[in-house]
Amino acid sequence: MIDAGTVTADPVNETVTPVDVAIVGAGPAGLAAAVTCARAGLRVCLIDRGTSLGGQYWRQPAASPDFLQSLVAREAPVSGPGRGPVHPRDLRHLHHDLATFDALRERVGEALHAGLVDLRLRTQVWTAVVTDAAVVTDAPGGTDAPGPAADGAAVVDLHVLGPAGVAGVVRARRLVIATGAHDIGLPFPGWDLPGVMTIGGIQALLKSSDVVPGRRVALGGTGPFLLPVATGLAARGVEVVGVFEANAPTGWWPHLSTVVRNPDRLREGLAYAATLARRRVPFRPRTMIVEAHGHDRVEAVSVCRLDRAGRPGLESVVRHDVDAVGIGWGFSPILDLAVTLRCATRLGDNGFAVVAVDSEQRSSVPMVLVAGEPTGVGGAALALAEGELAGHVVVADLTDPVGTTARSRRTGQRLRTVRRDVVRLRSFATAMHAAHPIPPGWAAAVRRETTVCRCEEVDAATVLEAVAAGADTARQVKQLTRAGMGWCQGRTCEPACALLAAGAAQQTTREKAPLAGPVGASALAGDTERLVAQPVSLGALADLLPRSSSQPSHDQ
Amino acid sequence: MAADASPFEVLCNILLSIAPMARGRGVITRSEKGERMGRVVVIGAGIVGAACTWYAAHAGWEVVLVDRGRPGAGTTSRGEGNLLVSDKGDGPELDLMRLSRRLWLELGDHLGRDRLELDEKGGLVVATSDAGLAGLRTFAAGQRAAGVDAIDVATAGDLRRLEPLLSDRLPGGVLYPEDLQVQPVLAADALVAGARQRGASTRFGVEVEGAVTSGGRLTGVRLVGGEVLGADAVVNAAGTWGGEVGVRLGAPIPVLPRRGFILVTEPVGPLVRHKVYTAEYVDNVASNDAALQTSTVVESTRGGTILIGASRERVGYDAGMSPKVVARLAAGAVEIFPFLRRVDLLRVYRGFRPYCPDHLPVIGPDPRVPGVIHACGHEGAGIGLAAATGYLVARYLDGGPMPDEVPVSAFVPDRFAEVSV
Ligand SMILES: Cc1cc2nc3c(=O)[nH]c(=O)nc-3n(C[C@H](O)[C@H](O)[C@H](O)COP(=O)(O)OP(=O)(O)OC[C@H]3O[C@@H](n4cnc5c(N)ncnc54)[C@H](O)[C@@H]3O)c2cc1C
Repeated sequence: MIDAGTVTADPVNETVTPVDVAIVGAGPAGLAAAVTCARAGLRVCLIDRGTSLGGQYWRQPAASPDFLQSLVAREAPVSGPGRGPVHPRDLRHLHHDLATFDALRERVGEALHAGLVDLRLRTQVWTAVVTDAAVVTDAPGGTDAPGPAADGAAVVDLHVLGPAGVAGVVRARRLVIATGAHDIGLPFPGWDLPGVMTIGGIQALLKSSDVVPGRRVALGGTGPFLLPVATGLAARGVEVVGVFEANAPTGWWPHLSTVVRNPDRLREGLAYAATLARRRVPFRPRTMIVEAHGHDRVEAVSVCRLDRAGRPGLESVVRHDVDAVGIGWGFSPILDLAVTLRCATRLGDNGFAVVAVDSEQRSSVPMVLVAGEPTGVGGAALALAEGELAGHVVVADLTDPVGTTARSRRTGQRLRTVRRDVVRLRSFATAMHAAHPIPPGWAAAVRRETTVCRCEEVDAATVLEAVAAGADTARQVKQLTRAGMGWCQGRTCEPACALLAAGAAQQTTREKAPLAGPVGASALAGDTERLVAQPVSLGALADLLPRSSSQPSHDQ
Repeated sequence: MAADASPFEVLCNILLSIAPMARGRGVITRSEKGERMGRVVVIGAGIVGAACTWYAAHAGWEVVLVDRGRPGAGTTSRGEGNLLVSDKGDGPELDLMRLSRRLWLELGDHLGRDRLELDEKGGLVVATSDAGLAGLRTFAAGQRAAGVDAIDVATAGDLRRLEPLLSDRLPGGVLYPEDLQVQPVLAADALVAGARQRGASTRFGVEVEGAVTSGGRLTGVRLVGGEVLGADAVVNAAGTWGGEVGVRLGAPIPVLPRRGFILVTEPVGPLVRHKVYTAEYVDNVASNDAALQTSTVVESTRGGTILIGASRERVGYDAGMSPKVVARLAAGAVEIFPFLRRVDLLRVYRGFRPYCPDHLPVIGPDPRVPGVIHACGHEGAGIGLAAATGYLVARYLDGGPMPDEVPVSAFVPDRFAEVSV
């Protein structure tokens, strides 16, 4: 009858930009990698979804349109006083280690100036493909320029959509994934009331627009990140009614030697503790927020103690009046792009999947390196070190694979130092996860009708039914209940689904073998397949094809 | 048997009355005592294996369903779940599909339509040009002659009365009220659960490595690791891997992968009422061209997302992402439903349809290894054809009778002369 058009013959409206290294994520890890590569003269493309450099950690106020201009001119990057509502200077106290950021930013500015860095902000990588040089050269969608693939090695094609939906392909000989993490918020009754946020959300509000979530705030969850959020709020005159930490600082004792080897971290922690004491913010170890009350928005929280086994004592709860709540149960790494490229994952210290890397930050996919949180949540200092390490490895790969030049010997020394830093900081992160586990009884407060997946409106009863029917991973819970299939793609509920499924799996293993170890860990591994790294509109995709060829070719 | 008895009733009749009689002609010669029903190992817990398990368990067989992964996690979780008569011209596949359609409706009543997300939504095939419309009309006329309900939709206005958000540029189409939809993973899950209630057992996370035979006859299957599951019969329902499993059982059949992508949008509600697709699709299904083909298939799901398919290309098991194919599918969808321009794509599924050179599934006993029954190679219609396949497999186990309305010989493995000698 009729011949349907073959796509392989279609030209595609995407310009291909060949670079030596593409770096996705402009937080500490990405910046460190970018600066290291640019310094060695590599052509770098630095990509971030946000409007400015710094990532979550050094989150900046929304950039003015002349941001890039000002960065190149090495002036104050954001509009001066009187032009914008927030000036970064006013927010400096919120940031840790800003000198490092300033130095990195300056370096990126220089590299931009020298034309070594192609900086793409407000740009999403919606998918990525590893391609053979052979395939690349006869792909009709490509340009005539053979690009870096000409040496016969494979390349990574990043399909990006920039501001205003401009599409393109960044074709890189090496890719450094530095996409960071997002914080984990577990469901509890009332968690979907307005005014209940993640502590990461609160911090982002503070850093990007100097807005506080309320006047009386309760913070709960576990981990060191509760502290800077509490001090940041307190410094703005917010009454923090309590920091409800599920674990106790004594959890650090077994890791004392690791702590001592990381004096910076220790000093940082003590400084926060001192600030909390000075501002009279109550710090309540072994407690947990078990319910948020309110009608149109949160008005109060119920808090209770956790017993030694990590179970909340629901019979004796204390109520606190609040107008906002921050919850943070640690972080889960953002693996979208790594999973899209099918980098092998393993279980990280807190039981969630992380990208498996070797001692040079290389993933299982040749050409793809990973730095920072996606290799295991460990904080900014570790991210910086891993980013720099990845940068050096890329430089060595592309400029001097045999490692014989004088420069490579110098780099070699630096490399050893950075690698030592990575090991030391990684052990600190491991200790941190051991001291701040999600308490096994966290779900005791969840009721049958508590929403687990907000996007798809799936309640706990439905998830538990699926788990009872044999679903023992978040992926299976998703297939049976739709939890995690909505717009956020499980970002919010996947940890909860995984933990609920793992909890059941653990129970069944317990029945069989009472001495079974911690959480049936493999159950926490996330999706194994994700062909689209970021949501993208169908219109933007359709526009990748020239107008004429998108018409069905009916009448031939 | 009454001509209008449903296959489900037929099955019950067989069970209740004529089963002992039919048994003698089955794959199993009954033991002298005649007490125990034989044991069947079904390899593959996709939709087809699940249906085979369900029907065999209901026929009284002791069924063990094995899969190296999780039920429904193979190609079954990668498709759209359409149960279509509309894309099939007059021929054996249409006959099989019409039987399957009736069985699916009965399964729906039995297991709960909501549980399967069974939806009698109907298919709407649209043409994008006058020439295309003429071709579509001819195709539909042939189907009508074969008894398919196919209603001409004359104008763009009529199309938009059926589907308000369709583009106003389309010249016309054909409505197929008989087309259905299920959610394949839920359906497989429900069939397995139902079979369990009938005594079937399951072994997940185990891979079948080969057959155990005695005197040329199959006596069981060997799992990786060495364990042997004794069996009087084994059903190869390994889908796209059916060729490989056939080799392992000593009964090779030519099943090959055909890659397809499906796009899933953010949830937007039930904005598309039918399964809507463009006429080229009909042509692609029967095509032998190895190059990529796309045509536009758009439909809403119970969860409010919109599914957009379907590309077909033969690239072996190339698991990679193809941005061009995805762009092409998006462009096709936006063309017929302009509102989709502003809707976000969230996920892309990639699957490998199991296909045979003549585009028909392989269903029936393998003459080379008595005891092996194949049930695979359903290409892009495995969800739709699963019910009838399970039913036929149960009949082969029992030794008949085969339903009159389906030319079962079109599906038997003997047809691949070159492999089966
Ligand atoms: C993009 C796309 C869209 C589609 N749309 C539709 C549609 O709308 N309607 C429709 O009817 N069909 C559709 N299909 C086709 C349909 O998905 C398949 O025909 C059907 O799922 C095949 O089911 P199956 O049970 O044969 O195979 P599978 O679901 O793949 O099951 C086979 C099972 O065998 C197991 N297995 C394999 N080897 C072994 C071994 N050695 N030991 C143990 N276990 C083993 C596998 O793990 C797997 O679970 C579509 C397919 C694709 C790719």
